[in-house]
This record gives sequence, structure tokens and C-alpha cells, in this order.
Amino acid sequence: MIALSDYLILGGLLFAIAVAGIFLNRKNLILLLMCVELMLLAVNMNFVAFSHFLGDMTGQVFVFFILTVAAAEAAIGLAILVVLFRNRRTINVEDLDALKG
Amino acid sequence: MAEKFLFYVFALITVWAAVMVITRKNPVHSVLFLVLAFVSSAALWVLLEAEFLGIVLILVYVGAVMVLFLFVVMMLDIDLATIRAGFVQNLPLAGLIAAVMAIEILLIVGPGNFGLDAFPKPEPLGAEVSNTRELGLLLYSVYIYPVEIAAVILLLAIVAAIRLTLRRRPDNKYVDPARQVRVRKGPDRVRLVKMAAEDVAPVAAAENGESQ
Repeated sequence: MIALSDYLILGGLLFAIAVAGIFLNRKNLILLLMCVELMLLAVNMNFVAFSHFLGDMTGQVFVFFILTVAAAEAAIGLAILVVLFRNRRTINVEDLDALKG
Repeated sequence: MAEKFLFYVFALITVWAAVMVITRKNPVHSVLFLVLAFVSSAALWVLLEAEFLGIVLILVYVGAVMVLFLFVVMMLDIDLATIRAGFVQNLPLAGLIAAVMAIEILLIVGPGNFGLDAFPKPEPLGAEVSNTRELGLLLYSVYIYPVEIAAVILLLAIVAAIRLTLRRRPDNKYVDPARQVRVRKGPDRVRLVKMAAEDVAPVAAAENGESQ
């Protein structure tokens, strides 16, 4: 039978892959957003797995709200990206140093 | 046994797709692999008896958010050569950190702590149990305020996205609402005037006669 640990390990692997993706593609803003989506997927996987094995629906309610917030985040993030590209003609993170950080 | 087979198939596809997302050169391929990862995760959620969320993941995430990503990726003209620079140099560090993180997570959530003896498999729910109904009952009773806050967040996302990407061009034609509400009842409105019918101009009359 499939244990809870299998789902949690899958979630952990997805999260680690997403972190590696942020390191690998740290110049491409779109790829960074996609890696964040992948992380949220990993977290949601854990919530759903715990909800199933504990017999508690609250985990699924939480996933519902995470999906809502993630959709809003993606919409606003991509809007900012489009405006950025329109003004600077680039989405390379290294070129976005106007704040001199 | 079938469940075990399905789990491993979908889990392998999910992990493979995730690796492809972060290693592809072309961002369009990355988005498509992300879609694959979401779809196979949705299948896993259905295996976990979270049918509603599985379908919502496909409808909302694959159907809306990922298509939005695809749209933006295809719309922007990205110089792939400069944006890929540094991929190989970052590879060892990224691999090391990801591996350490994965091992740490594995040590904690491995079968020792969260195995079948600690969390036994719950009895499969019958066909009469509706996941959507249960989720809806919870959402609209206990979690009604969070639902309303989520609605406000979505409204905010709509307004913010439209406001951010709105462009004022000189040739745009639009009505200024401030001036519109300042219209006074008497002189600024359109007035309908009653007047006597006038004779048709002779040229127009001649043309009418010819066409008949």
C-alpha cells in the first residue's frame, strides 16, 4: 500500500527540484515564477496527502485557498512582467538593478 | 496493487516533468512540461480522494494560469542566449543544494516517521460520499469569511492586472467619467426639438425620382 511518507517524499522532491530551478535559471524571470508555481504544487501535495491520511477535510480547504492566492499571484506577477518588458525590453534579472541593491 | 502502480507512474511523470521544466532551453517547452506536472499531480490527488481539487487543478491551473504563462512567454521576445548564460556554472551549486535539501526532507518525512504503521491507510470512501459536497459544506459554513477574503483577493488581482497593463495612447477614444457626472440637467444634455417638416431639397428629390 502507498504510505503517507511516499506522498511526502514526492512533495519534498518537487520542492527540491524547484529550488534547483531557481538557482539554475536565476536570470529568467518567467522561469523563476514557474519554479514558484512548482513549489506551491509541492506544498499542496503535502496538504492533500495529510488531509487524506488524517481523514480531515481542512487540508483540502487550505489547498483551495492556496490555489486562489497562487492564481492571483500569477496574474499580477505576469502583468508586472509585461509592463517591465514593455519599459525595459528585457526580463533578465541582472538588468533590473535600478534600485542599486 | 493497481493503486501502487498508478502512484509510481504518476509520481515518476511528475518528477520527470519538473526536472524538464527547469532544464529546457526554450521557455515554451518549460511551460508545457509544467502543464504535464500539474496534470499528473491532479491524477495523484484523485488517487488521494480529493477529486474536486484534482479537477480544479486542471480547470483553473492548466486551463487558465498555465495558458496565461504560455501567452506571456510567447508574447515576449526573449533573447535566449544571454538569459541562459550561467546555467552551467550554477549547475553544481544548484545540484548540491537541491540534493542536501532533498536528503534532509527525506530523513524527516521518510517511512520511519510517516510510514504505514504511524499513519494507517484509511478505509476507501464509498461511492455515495461526495468530496465536492463535503468541501462545499465546510467552505460555506466554517470558512465563509476566508472565502470572502479570497473573493476580494481575486477582485484585487483583476483590478491590479488591468491597471498595470493599461496603456494610454494619444489616439485612444474614451469618455472621462469625471466630466460625465458633472453634466448639468439643462444646458449640457442633448435636447430634442420639435420642428415643422421641411421641404426636401430639389437635388435629393430629383435623385429619388430617377431611382423609382
